[in-house]
Amino acid sequence: MKVLVPIKRVIDYNVKARVKPDNSDVDLTNVKMAMNPFCEIAVEEAIRLKEAGIATEVIAVSIGDKACQEQLRTALALGADKAIQIDTDAKLESIHVAKLLSKLVEQEQPELVILGKQSIDSDNNQTGQMLAALTGRSQGTFASKVVVEGGKALVTREVDGGLQTVSLSLPAVVTTDLRLNEPRYASLPNIMKAKRKPLDVIAADSLGVDLAPRTELLKVEEPAKREAGIIVEDVAELVNKLKTEAKVIS
Amino acid sequence: MSVLVIAEHEQGALKPETAKVINAAAKISDNITVLVAGHSVANVAESAAKIAGVTAVIVADKPVFEHQLAESTADLVVELAADYSHILASASTTGKNTLPRVAALLDKSQISEIIDVIDADTFKRPIYAGNAIATVKSAEDKKIITVRASAFDAQGEQSAVAVSSVESSADNTLSEFVSVEQTESERPELNAAPVVISGGRGMQNGENFALLNGIADKLGAAIGASRAAVDAGFVPNDMQVGQTGKIVAPDLYIAVGISGAIQHLAGMKDSKVIVAINKDPDAPIFQVADYGLVADLFDVLPELESAL
Repeated sequence: MKVLVPIKRVIDYNVKARVKPDNSDVDLTNVKMAMNPFCEIAVEEAIRLKEAGIATEVIAVSIGDKACQEQLRTALALGADKAIQIDTDAKLESIHVAKLLSKLVEQEQPELVILGKQSIDSDNNQTGQMLAALTGRSQGTFASKVVVEGGKALVTREVDGGLQTVSLSLPAVVTTDLRLNEPRYASLPNIMKAKRKPLDVIAADSLGVDLAPRTELLKVEEPAKREAGIIVEDVAELVNKLKTEAKVIS
Repeated sequence: MSVLVIAEHEQGALKPETAKVINAAAKISDNITVLVAGHSVANVAESAAKIAGVTAVIVADKPVFEHQLAESTADLVVELAADYSHILASASTTGKNTLPRVAALLDKSQISEIIDVIDADTFKRPIYAGNAIATVKSAEDKKIITVRASAFDAQGEQSAVAVSSVESSADNTLSEFVSVEQTESERPELNAAPVVISGGRGMQNGENFALLNGIADKLGAAIGASRAAVDAGFVPNDMQVGQTGKIVAPDLYIAVGISGAIQHLAGMKDSKVIVAINKDPDAPIFQVADYGLVADLFDVLPELESAL
């Protein structure tokens, strides 16, 4: 079974995003970048499927300019067999990304696509669901457990009220939630080996997808700051303030 | 302009998020239709018909919609889409699962988790874990939007409007519902509770979360947790408040033994009043708290319970 893992290069998880002074966007100049945390979980899950003898090939793909090759090399160091960069410097929305990926799915015919549920920059939570729609596949979003057997994927999903399990006919699209697994670190020998693994570059233009923007970013602002309040001495003062000042309890 | 709102419901009852999504819809148009998709959902439709601003309720009642799986619900919404300029759903796990599938089938770009409506084309939404707020303008002729319910007030009531049923050929050969493990709780849901009390890594273990029960009982509060507490295995993930968990904005939020990582703040900083209890006076949570108490939570919690 072939597994495709789309990954995204984003601001490092530990870095606080800052808004540009002209309010045009978030300032990413000289900011540390990394693989989106949910994508790391997706790579890990694919590699575990390979280690379990279920997946035969794991292909990592990323869409962006040359810089995203760094994250693709990380995926290769973690255990992916092959990487593909879909080369473009266009500013893409989820629908564009899903359409580009759907072209790759047509070419590669993976039985399973595993991707992160959302990226920590745009926080959209759309691409996996859109890709499933465009390729006519079933979808198992926000997965905390994935079991592949007998032509099905049994996916346990993190839903608002608890856990839901669905059975997906393969081929399928799965998006990862935090508790699916704990990603490994790449070892130095594997990082060295990754340099010799294949990394193909495909021009986004060659895939025949209209990448014209559909949403205009008018402004990016800092959120309204919360003023720090007061420190109370003890529980009695706290309860008193909540009753008489904040009036949120009676 | 006409808006289709997809009702959020569970176990035969309309969820309170829907009245908030309708509040967002009312800022776009005064022509609002609510779609109730499910099986045996007459009560849900009746409740939806009484939410102020709703002009019509349509019900798609069919066994295939029982578990609201994205594959069948999306096909249904696509069948109905022609009549509407905007399609809205709550940014719940159900809405997030379904709406992007609808958007892709209609070849539209989606706007996720709006927190404000500027006009029919322009919306505000948080990005980068809420560290920035983007104002975006959609050029699509049909807008597909999820709404962060906690950012909108619930609509009031009205005398019920007409409920009609709609036929659908939607089917689902792709996926099947297997089971659901509902977290059993007498407490209000995190997304809807007027008061939330959350524990963090400072709680030390799962058993100690019981210390929050008595306080939650007295305040009618829901109990939440930080990602650190979930990652440490103290409590299940559906209690997680944060960028990657639930986004809440109650009247009162009490953070107990929570340091206040960016990702947690993203989930609760729009609460009206924030109380922080932490023994570390330098914990970042105090920078957003209206009332801070620097003390050992194991001393404070029993005292607080008896003081209420």
